[in-house]
Amino acid sequence: MSVQAERRPGWHGTRRRFALRMEPYFYASPALIFIVAVMLVPLAIGLSYAFRDITLLNPFSGGFVGVQHFVDLWHDSDFWQALGNTVTWTVASVSLQFFLGLVLALRLYRPFPGRGLVQALVFVPWAVPMFLSGLNFAWLFNPVIGPLPHWLYAVGILSSPENILSDPAIAIWGPIVANVWWGVPFFAITLLAALQSIPPEIYEAAEIDGAGTWRRFADITVPFLAPTIAITVLLRAVWIANAPDLIVAMTGGGPADSTQIVASYIFTQAFKGLDFGYASAVATVLLMLLLVYALIVLMIRQSLLKAS
Amino acid sequence: MSAATLKRAGYWTMHYAIIALYVAFALFPLYWLFKVSLTPTKLLYSEGVRMWPSRTTWENYGFVLTNSDFPRFFLNSVIVSVSTAVLVTVVASGAGYALSRFRFRGKFWLVGLMLITQMFPLVMLISPIFRIFTPLGLTDSLLGLIIVYTAFNIPFATFLMQSFFDGIPKDLEEAAMIDGAHRFTAFRQIILPLTLPGIAATLGFVFTAAWSELLFALMLISKTDASTFPVGLLTFVSKFSVDFGQMTAAGVLALIPACLFFFLIQRYLVRGLTAGAVKG
Repeated sequence: MSVQAERRPGWHGTRRRFALRMEPYFYASPALIFIVAVMLVPLAIGLSYAFRDITLLNPFSGGFVGVQHFVDLWHDSDFWQALGNTVTWTVASVSLQFFLGLVLALRLYRPFPGRGLVQALVFVPWAVPMFLSGLNFAWLFNPVIGPLPHWLYAVGILSSPENILSDPAIAIWGPIVANVWWGVPFFAITLLAALQSIPPEIYEAAEIDGAGTWRRFADITVPFLAPTIAITVLLRAVWIANAPDLIVAMTGGGPADSTQIVASYIFTQAFKGLDFGYASAVATVLLMLLLVYALIVLMIRQSLLKAS
Repeated sequence: MSAATLKRAGYWTMHYAIIALYVAFALFPLYWLFKVSLTPTKLLYSEGVRMWPSRTTWENYGFVLTNSDFPRFFLNSVIVSVSTAVLVTVVASGAGYALSRFRFRGKFWLVGLMLITQMFPLVMLISPIFRIFTPLGLTDSLLGLIIVYTAFNIPFATFLMQSFFDGIPKDLEEAAMIDGAHRFTAFRQIILPLTLPGIAATLGFVFTAAWSELLFALMLISKTDASTFPVGLLTFVSKFSVDFGQMTAAGVLALIPACLFFFLIQRYLVRGLTAGAVKG
């Protein structure tokens, strides 16, 4: 009887069922409201700016200019330079962070006396606010107070102990070094977690079969880690390409725009130039490039899943 | 000594040599920051670059703490970071709980939306947010920063909280609900207390992220009164670029809260990084 009573459609029953159906939305909606109001709506508005003439100090701006910004962009040599720098910056940062992170993870994988302490110490850079690690490296590269120019001169990399941040030909390596220092712990932690998820029995079996250290690394570790590595590296690349903090803090894009990446170029256009229209046009192009990149990543992921 | 023992000894020597290099690489820049901050300005120029100055001083810290705007910046940063951390954790607990416990229409899109926000360049929101916030009085205001940082950190914190909720058996709140408790009561009284470590980790991560944010703070704040620490420090650096002692002393001070939180959340690093694999 009670089952029937519960099933009887009535005002209370409907309301109760409605309340139950609404429950997940009750928990999730504050998050959704924040994301929509502060990220999605501004994103849509920002895309519309790309087709309008919006400069902050000019009260008469705001008109529709069609694709004019994109035409300007095509002829903007600073933009093309920033695009090239973005590739250098991302590829160099990610590959160095990855390589150093992998070596560190392999060293930390097996227990040894003092491992806990070493792990805590080598992960410290990751806790340092990014802008501060940028400023700190700017000081380390400053020949007045920093040792790096003198060391680089001593080993023959620099022909005189000068600040690499003021030499347009090599200035980009300043923020790259800061980025590598800051980001190695991220890769080390991710790869360490992936390493620890490999069942130890496989290594034991391989050792019994007489496989040496290198064989075990090449035939077990690498294939097991490959999917994690591929996805982490590809996603991390997006994050690094998008993060101009270090460049803004260290060089502001200079000297002569030689360290400008697309993300810092957008920031400079908006913050210094107050040209929101043009900044948004550059941002739109960056977004398109990232979408293409994301599609390629998805395709790689699919083929990796198929292969394994 | 046999060849095998020799090989083992060689292996461990190599191992510790590599480890030592890493530790030096990680800590040397911070050591140098601290060293410069303790060096009297005169010695900085007269002694050149050396590993430790012949005399040390706390003057630079004294100046930064009493004669500058840094205490104000510090306070502003604490207000912004603490408020953001608390707000994000409350909102993300709800969303993480929904993702962990319910199947509902739109869940796929919600997760997709949150993942996408981790991929797109936040810098492209700078102009529109500035234009939207100006008439609302949210520029030059700490509240404006709190709103922006909260939104930016919610997706990552949600995934982090979800991973903690996933680790708690469903039976717990179901038992309470059979006993007649509302789900929300069960959530508050049974599940949340069990996730306290997760909540602490989320608070730590978000606090550190808000403490470190530079670009939106630069754009949205122009008054000294409302500046956060990163903006204050960067302005100071571009204005007084020769007062290395004071700049580095301020840098060391900016490091303290972030490092405190880092040691608190260290146990949860792996989970935090795998939950937000896209985010630093």
